[in-house]
Amino acid sequence: MTSPKPQALAIEAEGLVKSFGETKAVDGVDLSVRGGSVYGVLGPNGAGKTTTIRMLATLLRPDAGSARVLGHDVVEEGDAVRAAVSLTGQMASVDEDLTGRENLVLLGRLLGLKRGAAKERATELLEAFGIAEAAARLVKNYSGGMRRRLDIAASLVVTPQLLFLDEPTTGLDPRSRNQVWDIIRALSSSGTTILLCTQYLEEADQLADGIAVIDHGRVIAEGTPGQLKASVGSGALHVRLLDPDQRPEAEQLLLRNLGGVKLEPDPAALSVGCADGNKAAEALAELARGGVQVADFSLGQPSLDEVFLALTGHPAEEEEKEEQPA
Amino acid sequence: MSVETTPTPEIRDAAIQKALASTPRPPRASALDAALTFGWRGMLKVKHVPEQLLDVTITPVMFVLMFTYLFGGAIAGSTGDYLDYILPGILVMSVLFTTVYSGIAINTDLTKGVVDRFRSLPIWRPAPLVGSLLGDSVRYVVAGTVIVVLGLILGFRPEAGVGGVVAAMALTVVFAFGLSWIFTTLGLLMRSPNAVMNAGFMGIFPLTFLSNVFVEPETLPAGLEWFVNVNPISILADASRGLMEGNADASDITIVLAVAAALTAVFMPLTTRLYRTR
Ligand SMILES: Nc1ncnc2c1ncn2[C@@H]1O[C@H](COP(=O)(O)OP(=O)(O)OP(=O)(O)O)[C@@H](O)[C@H]1O
Ligand SMILES: [Mg+2]
Repeated sequence: MTSPKPQALAIEAEGLVKSFGETKAVDGVDLSVRGGSVYGVLGPNGAGKTTTIRMLATLLRPDAGSARVLGHDVVEEGDAVRAAVSLTGQMASVDEDLTGRENLVLLGRLLGLKRGAAKERATELLEAFGIAEAAARLVKNYSGGMRRRLDIAASLVVTPQLLFLDEPTTGLDPRSRNQVWDIIRALSSSGTTILLCTQYLEEADQLADGIAVIDHGRVIAEGTPGQLKASVGSGALHVRLLDPDQRPEAEQLLLRNLGGVKLEPDPAALSVGCADGNKAAEALAELARGGVQVADFSLGQPSLDEVFLALTGHPAEEEEKEEQPA
Repeated sequence: MSVETTPTPEIRDAAIQKALASTPRPPRASALDAALTFGWRGMLKVKHVPEQLLDVTITPVMFVLMFTYLFGGAIAGSTGDYLDYILPGILVMSVLFTTVYSGIAINTDLTKGVVDRFRSLPIWRPAPLVGSLLGDSVRYVVAGTVIVVLGLILGFRPEAGVGGVVAAMALTVVFAFGLSWIFTTLGLLMRSPNAVMNAGFMGIFPLTFLSNVFVEPETLPAGLEWFVNVNPISILADASRGLMEGNADASDITIVLAVAAALTAVFMPLTTRLYRTR
């Protein structure tokens, strides 16, 4: 089920362009995705992620440029591409007016399974994805997390060689998000190539082997999560004090331990660049020894905004765009 | 690897791995299978929301009662005679009105993400459309049956019996299938379900009333008479009247089938193309 040469490129896109009227949604995107890998496409609202995926999945015809998916040209050999890929779109790509089970049986039948086989397959997937209890309920009554899982299950009725996932965890609570991440990891370890669009650096960092950052329809940075984080600054320790008056002391202590302290607008908060958990713990211990009382702290990865600030010198601005209800 | 018997809401890695490992790709679904599966999807929707059949049952009932009692006396002199003339016509009209809903349904579907999934499947491209129209044909049959049964209760006595009625209904459904491709095209061109409904009825109303469904064309001014006579809906109404009375004109039936085939031949590829590119 995996492609015969795992090292071969699963996606090769060159100079993809797509405009909608005046809007250049995608403006010359190049991508190369190795077979068997998870590749993250990271970008803010309106960056052109969905449009790129739709061109690769043969739903939209590129205005210019070309792309091969699993060796097949997306324009000339659309049928061959469709026979090997699955798409879990950004808007729920399951039928809300049917039950979860009916959705999976429907897709099984459409993909060529016989009636009995389609039913068996549906049962198997419903159980594996933890939706067996809700199998007979209409999807419109599902929670966001269940709907997402069903949506991914629907893409796996017949195991694809390549799966497109468009923002699979946007709008999910942390628990559901972790469940979806587990599914993606399991999928990847079974050999499926995954193209994952996301707005969260953390998600790409957790799951992807390679990341392309896109903005205004262009790839503005590319690399492994490690490379990207190195170029962006790896993360920060955020500290909030019980007493704002102690901030100067805290600043001194942190400066000595970690260097480069930034004072936040919140008069009780400050942050300092730091990737190493041990060092952060030491610095916090120093604060305690120095009598500085800490209300809370966190060691976070840079946010998408910080990534964009570092890469482009401007924060990721929200495109004026009508939000599509999921 | 053990499979637990108690369902848990947790994701089970092992179960997912197994689920992924066990699927050789089956041969591609045939065009017919794919279309019938989409037809089954339409049936499931009716099963979950049976109220949607109200559209196709209440309106015909109203038509039959209204035309029989309100206008029957005035136009034909007595309700009984008029019923024999009008009932096959109302059958045609009600079923044709129902075709507009096919366009509305397609338009509504397009606003949902599931269409992207359908379009990303390796299936015969027109299958979702053909299937949805096949599903709609069931509505046409429901509408037709309601009318005939009500007619029988009110005193309609078709000479050709059950066979004739079934043949008339079948011919009407086939024509409706062809006609509904116009509305699915419209459904893909228009921006909202409401716009489809307005445009659809703006087309189908005059076409139906400028036919011989309600009046004998001889009573009309010359220009109008000509139009009513060439209107395919008149020919369909004649043919279904003929089939119910047992004196159908073979050329009428041929024309109806030819028009249905022509509509399908023109509008099906157009609809499929729009569905793919929109
Ligand atoms: N069908 C369309 N018609 C007109 N404009 C469109 C269409 N699809 C996308 N656009 C525009 O193209 C740009 C890129 O959109 P796209 O949906 O690809 O972004 P995205 O990265 O997926 O954003 P998000 O994170 O919000 O999903 C946006 O400005 C959007 O408004
Ligand atoms: Mg998007």
